[in-house]
Amino acid sequence: MEDAGFIIGSYVVTFGAVATYAVWLARRARRVTRDLPDHAKPWT
Amino acid sequence: MIGEHVADTLATEPSAASDDVASSGTATRATRLLGAAALVGVAWLAAFGLGFSPADRDQRESVRILYVHVPSAWLAYLAFVVTAVASGLYLFRRSHALGWDRVAGASAEVGVLFMGITLVSGMLWGRLTWGVFWEWDARLTTTAFLFVTYVGYLAVRGLGGSHQQRARRSAVLALLAVLEIPLVHWSVRLWRSLHQEATVLRPDGDVKMDGLMLFTLFVGIVAFTLMYAWLVVHRQRTLAAEDAADDAGLDRALAARRAEVG
Amino acid sequence: MNDGPGFWRVVGLVAAKDLRIEWRSRVALNQVLPFAAIVMVLFAFAVDRLPRPAASATTETLLQTVAPGLVWLAMLFSLLLLVQRTFAVEADDGALDALRAAAVDAAAVFWGKTAALATQLAALYLLLLGTALVIYGAELRTSGIGLLAATWIAATLGLATVGTLYGGLAAGARGRETLLPLLLLPVVAPVLIGATRAVEAALGTGGTAVADGWPWVGVVGVFAVAFGAGGTLAFGALIDE
Repeated sequence: MEDAGFIIGSYVVTFGAVATYAVWLARRARRVTRDLPDHAKPWT
Repeated sequence: MIGEHVADTLATEPSAASDDVASSGTATRATRLLGAAALVGVAWLAAFGLGFSPADRDQRESVRILYVHVPSAWLAYLAFVVTAVASGLYLFRRSHALGWDRVAGASAEVGVLFMGITLVSGMLWGRLTWGVFWEWDARLTTTAFLFVTYVGYLAVRGLGGSHQQRARRSAVLALLAVLEIPLVHWSVRLWRSLHQEATVLRPDGDVKMDGLMLFTLFVGIVAFTLMYAWLVVHRQRTLAAEDAADDAGLDRALAARRAEVG
Repeated sequence: MNDGPGFWRVVGLVAAKDLRIEWRSRVALNQVLPFAAIVMVLFAFAVDRLPRPAASATTETLLQTVAPGLVWLAMLFSLLLLVQRTFAVEADDGALDALRAAAVDAAAVFWGKTAALATQLAALYLLLLGTALVIYGAELRTSGIGLLAATWIAATLGLATVGTLYGGLAAGARGRETLLPLLLLPVVAPVLIGATRAVEAALGTGGTAVADGWPWVGVVGVFAVAFGAGGTLAFGALIDE
């Protein structure tokens, strides 16, 4: 594939950014919900 | 992560994220299904975008970037529309439900992420197709303004104050953005049309779509919609948990203070 | 809302109060004006030595070409200072709380503060334009005076409405000094584009005709009306607790 660096790079940047955000979000979710009583978690 | 094969990266990274939230956190059965579907969508997108879809006659291989660029742009726009609608629902309903405020904030954050992705992937595509990273095209410029505007919106959400204060402030700002963005777009378009006669290859103008390319784009939109939904649901729940923790902390502090005094 | 004094009376009182404070403190005069002047001198350092494209047949210098835009840029930077100033005055003494307690119409407060800010901006623009005539060698022409005046009014009003609105948004919050430019500068881009093109046409920069400028005044005018309406509706929600 010509220009493979740019093309694969754009895919890596895209999904890398989403994955990084998802990991950050999951960690944060775990931290803030740890000490929370169930009634404060309406989704459970 | 960078060194691995792209498809591997896509398959492993977000699944690690979904596993993380399995024990505690903000996951439910529905969001796990949603996350799994998003992963499948991303794998499909990588397979079709990088593998099965053909090269374009004019843009050749660089068209593959558009399968992530166009869906992320559309979802970013959708995210900002959701932010505006949720802000309106917060502001104009008598109940002033903080739930709508948190939906607005979660959607704006994911929208900023997608818009940043759009700008980077668009610049890479522009370098291959136009030979430059940036063109002073009205749409590009408006996109950059959208990005900065919502970065500012997120900064305003972080200003502090009570939850209702934060919600009111940011809701007004989100609705003002609805006023601002068309004005910016209109003025930039006028500016360019008077000053630049050279024709620019429009981001979507010259794409000859065959069936498989259209299908790949469709896969991209589905994959990004699923990612958007998963991220917004979790962000919104995390924000709710943060607000609840804030309130609980305040209650504890008040109780301690009362015990001290009494 | 209707219990307090009349709408226009509140507008006049708030505007007079703000202008009186500015006049007595002399901050705008002693700090903002010199700031704008030094910015204009620095612009000259930044662009003076750039080579002119060989193809251009005009005899104007680069500074003459870019003078209209530079003046509006200096106006935007000064706007940031003036907006911060007008709300720092309110926040310091809890004056906004007092206004709220007096149950006056928030829209009237908005227009009063906008009027005071627009007055200061209008005066500043005249001074900066005069500076540009002197140090950039920009030249007025009589056929463009009407266009120039219309741009002057529309753009100062547009900047004042949006400045008051976003200033009210950031007022009373920690970190507002750094936040205000981030919020305000993207929003005022249409004013910079429209007012610069209009003044270029009024001065005849780059051989533009006066008639080319009027659509740009329209852009600035639409902006002023849109954010005037936005401020009228939204200001209450912003300063209300």
